[in-house]
Amino acid sequence: MTRTIVVLTAGLTVPSSTRLLGDQLADAVSAAVGSRGEAVSFEYVEVRELAQDLAGYMTSGGVATPRLAAVREQISAADGLIAVTPVFSASYSGLFKMLIDALDTDALNGMPVLIAATAGTARHSLVLDHAMRPLFSYLRAVVLPTGVFAATEDFGSTGLSDRVARAAAELANAVVVSGSDHVAGFAPDPTARRRTSGNDLAPVADFAELLRGHSG
Amino acid sequence: MQFGIFSVGDITPDPTTGVTPSEGERIESMTRIALKAEEVGLDVFATGEHHNPPFTVSSPTTHLAYIAAKTEKLQLSTSTTLITTNDPVKIAEDYAFLQHLSGGRIDLMMGRGNTGPVYPWFGKDIKDGIKLAIENYHLLRKLWREPVVNWQGQFRTPLQGYTSTPAPLDGTPPFVWHGSIRSPEIAEQAAYYGDGFFHNHIFWGPDHAAKMVRLYRQRFEHYGHGAADQAIVGLGGQVFLGATEAEAKKQFRPYFDNAPVYGHGPSLEDFSAATPLTVGTPEQVIERTLGFADYAGDYQRQLFLIDHAGLPTEVVLEQLEILGREVVPVLRAEFDRRRPAHVPSDPPTHTSLVAAGPEARHHLVEPAKADDTATVTEGAQS
Repeated sequence: MTRTIVVLTAGLTVPSSTRLLGDQLADAVSAAVGSRGEAVSFEYVEVRELAQDLAGYMTSGGVATPRLAAVREQISAADGLIAVTPVFSASYSGLFKMLIDALDTDALNGMPVLIAATAGTARHSLVLDHAMRPLFSYLRAVVLPTGVFAATEDFGSTGLSDRVARAAAELANAVVVSGSDHVAGFAPDPTARRRTSGNDLAPVADFAELLRGHSG
Repeated sequence: MQFGIFSVGDITPDPTTGVTPSEGERIESMTRIALKAEEVGLDVFATGEHHNPPFTVSSPTTHLAYIAAKTEKLQLSTSTTLITTNDPVKIAEDYAFLQHLSGGRIDLMMGRGNTGPVYPWFGKDIKDGIKLAIENYHLLRKLWREPVVNWQGQFRTPLQGYTSTPAPLDGTPPFVWHGSIRSPEIAEQAAYYGDGFFHNHIFWGPDHAAKMVRLYRQRFEHYGHGAADQAIVGLGGQVFLGATEAEAKKQFRPYFDNAPVYGHGPSLEDFSAATPLTVGTPEQVIERTLGFADYAGDYQRQLFLIDHAGLPTEVVLEQLEILGREVVPVLRAEFDRRRPAHVPSDPPTHTSLVAAGPEARHHLVEPAKADDTATVTEGAQS
């Protein structure tokens, strides 16, 4: 079974160091999954390409363009997520947050997420734990212990590739294990909340259920 | 098939002149628009209901009664009646009274209202929106169908031996629609009672409207009211007409770009592609509108939004002339041509409901349950 991982990157320039970090993480995850005898494919979402779709979505009461709707579907259907943002004013970039705000609140339930960020200086590194981690925790994702922060100077250091490898191993482990190779217990699993893109109608109870206690 | 217009009742400055109509001017304008609708041969005028600025439409039955007195044939409706924050007892009284005054020319569309702060002003909580819509509407059905009502629910004070007055005209409750943009529970509710389902069809794309209508149709059949394609469907729509597409766009663009809901957001072109908005010639509007039935199925009521975003009254009246005289006659003929014989052309009216007689399903509080009883009885006999 081939796992699918979405690489969500919010860099603004081409080429961008944010996308570069996303590529390094994807390569490392690919190697780590491959070494377990499993296959993984990557789908890239560049938030910059959705800038106008997102602005339109926010200012029209939620009309998603077909392209934005397809990305919502793609993300909620993934087995794992690599999310990389540049640091803007002590947090993730506004554009990055707009995409997250356009996801369904059930889009990432239980999804393994590798968080990563880039900045000009290492003084921003706590953005991972003060902004990215709570954001994805709120969305009930499983945020992996190792986040990867890269200041510009880190792209020349071996420390970065060590952290990339460690984070990639954690994500590889999570997406492979979250497949089907464990035995379900006898009790219902309350953590198994389904993921939804928000593009489709939510399932609705039979009207007798809705009317119960309200029919006078 | 019925064609008409629905108004939100907003007071919005005209972006091309900066002029904001007074509340009195807006009310007068809506009245002129409604009268014009009848004059140009449209079938329906529906008014919104809001209880906060910048809206004027806090008292729909007062307004509709005045319009009823000035018209002969126009069907009067709402878009929407707030079933959440209004007391269902007051809705039962007001609309039965209006039914008498108008000679049965009314129906209503139930909606929840999406403005959070309005709920606490009426002692309610928007988080209870669906439950309020379900409980209050069930009580409303009883008030119009049972001579004496005893009731204890979650949200209003109990009723003991209560009789709603006046009783519906000819003992026949008005037809009811349920409107919702995105809540499948409301499509389910409309289906359960065999009521009409209306999709606003302005803010979201056709594929979304199609999903909501499909759900309603399937469940309508499930509850035994008829085949899925016989369910009573209404759609909104938004048009601006001109002699050429370029002229229509040039005139409408400043209003679109500054509109309260989507202004300063997507371009007119992008929004026209993503939603049913059509700005162009009568031929273009006709072609686009006929296409609605391709994804929603043959339907019974089409309402257009045309008096919004600060458009001057005179412009709206011109739009109505073109809509009524050039667009709707063609739509009427073309929709009739494509509709199969077993699909109703119109939604139920007072005349058709009276003609169906007092034993008709419409007179039951829960018509879906009548089938259960019938099934059990048949089973017992065989």
